[in-house]
Amino acid sequence: MIPFDYRRAEDTDGAVATVAGNPRAAFLGGGTNLVDHMKLGVAEPELLVDVTRLPLDRVDRLPGGGLRIGAAVRNSDLAADHDVRERYPVLSQALLAGASGQLRNLATTGGNLLQRTRCVYFQDVTTPCNKREPGQGCSALEGYSRYHAVLGASRHCVAVHPSDMAVALTALDAGVRVQGPDGERTVAVADLHRLPGEHPEWDTVLNHGELITAVELPELPMAARSRYRKVRDRASYAFALVSVAAALDLSGGTIRDVRIALGGVAHKPWRATLAEAALRGAPPAADEFRAAAEAELADAQPLRDNGFKVPMARNTLVSVLSELAGEELR
Amino acid sequence: MEAEITLTVDGARRTLAVDTRVTLLDALRERLGVTSPKKGCGHGQCGACTVLLDGRRATTCLALAVAHDGARITTSAGLAGTDELHPLHQAFLDHDGFQCGYCTPGQICSAAGVLDEAERGWPSAVTANITDITDTAGAPALDAGEIRERMSGNLCRCGAYPNIVAAVAAVAEGRSR
Repeated sequence: MIPFDYRRAEDTDGAVATVAGNPRAAFLGGGTNLVDHMKLGVAEPELLVDVTRLPLDRVDRLPGGGLRIGAAVRNSDLAADHDVRERYPVLSQALLAGASGQLRNLATTGGNLLQRTRCVYFQDVTTPCNKREPGQGCSALEGYSRYHAVLGASRHCVAVHPSDMAVALTALDAGVRVQGPDGERTVAVADLHRLPGEHPEWDTVLNHGELITAVELPELPMAARSRYRKVRDRASYAFALVSVAAALDLSGGTIRDVRIALGGVAHKPWRATLAEAALRGAPPAADEFRAAAEAELADAQPLRDNGFKVPMARNTLVSVLSELAGEELR
Repeated sequence: MEAEITLTVDGARRTLAVDTRVTLLDALRERLGVTSPKKGCGHGQCGACTVLLDGRRATTCLALAVAHDGARITTSAGLAGTDELHPLHQAFLDHDGFQCGYCTPGQICSAAGVLDEAERGWPSAVTANITDITDTAGAPALDAGEIRERMSGNLCRCGAYPNIVAAVAAVAEGRSR
């Protein structure tokens, strides 16, 4: 680890100005990903600005019925929040499916969104990686690709985004509040992360120095019947092979509305717009769910070791939607 | 860069100067001689370094000491008074919840966190109905499945898991009676 300076942010404006003014500065949240990267030599900031003690640690109800989640709210507190559990259970389930109890007590909402891929080549500085060092080439393309993308990848990068929380937030149409040197803006969480394209070194659309201050959940009554399912190599404490976040709204024997996002399949949480479009107005039947999943996955391009993800994503989606339909029909 | 920090470790107030690169785990073990938390992987993957940080279980190998100035830390060695055993310590002995013992202080601190979280009504990934928030007075029943899920951040390379689950279950059962 290279030497670095540490400052505790006194206020949001000052934190943003400090990091924006130094290209080698970084915000520090819980540190569970950044400090690991500093140990591994993947990240080498010369200044850390600790934002965990800023007053961004509350979950507040919004006037329109939604929720505003401060960026410093710990993953464990958010998962246990009563409003989240009752009104957006998919978000609690996604958080509880991630990491471990002792990591969730440290990890923050903002940091969870900005965590980086667990691609083994990205984390190993002795192997080429375009995300870590643009132009080096991608080791995973011809290497061990069990955990890599099947949708939206490029010849420059096949990494997947590791967050469970972000998959649930994508299905819920959450907005990300961002403060930069020039003011505040809101980015839809579905637009926060990028596909790799020619520039896999950019995980998100944020500029250096922009700080996530909150995540806003819209009022969404259908989210009370929502679910997160994560499929992984062991029963707990592992990253997703495939995951599904979904909410289903049935009315008079047809699907009035549906929200679906997939995890573990792409460089970003994958909003399944094709499957959603196929299902709106359709009857809640297993063959409809299957056809919708197949439509979403039609363009999948598996690598040497991850062809299983395509049927796994399809089957997981059918299973989650069937459960939600059964729940509502009871 | 050096910074002066103060930590309260197992009830004792300690002030020390640390390089900003020093993790909380290394500050405890290498600087303060508190060797109860163990360094396993150093990457947040094994749980051997788990302590109670301001009352909540946390890994210390990825926490920078400088970021936790003023923190109150309880290690397994400080869970009970001097020369006393915490009920979890006694249960690990009674149920043979370890072999080499290297992961045990982390397991014990994590288990203490599990009991506290359950008492506060926190659900886990295997809790059947997480939307039911009426049951906050009583803890979710810590059956073997719940304990395995909630303790999954603590690896034991000797494979003492069945006895660890039995030890935690015994204490959880005693508390809920």
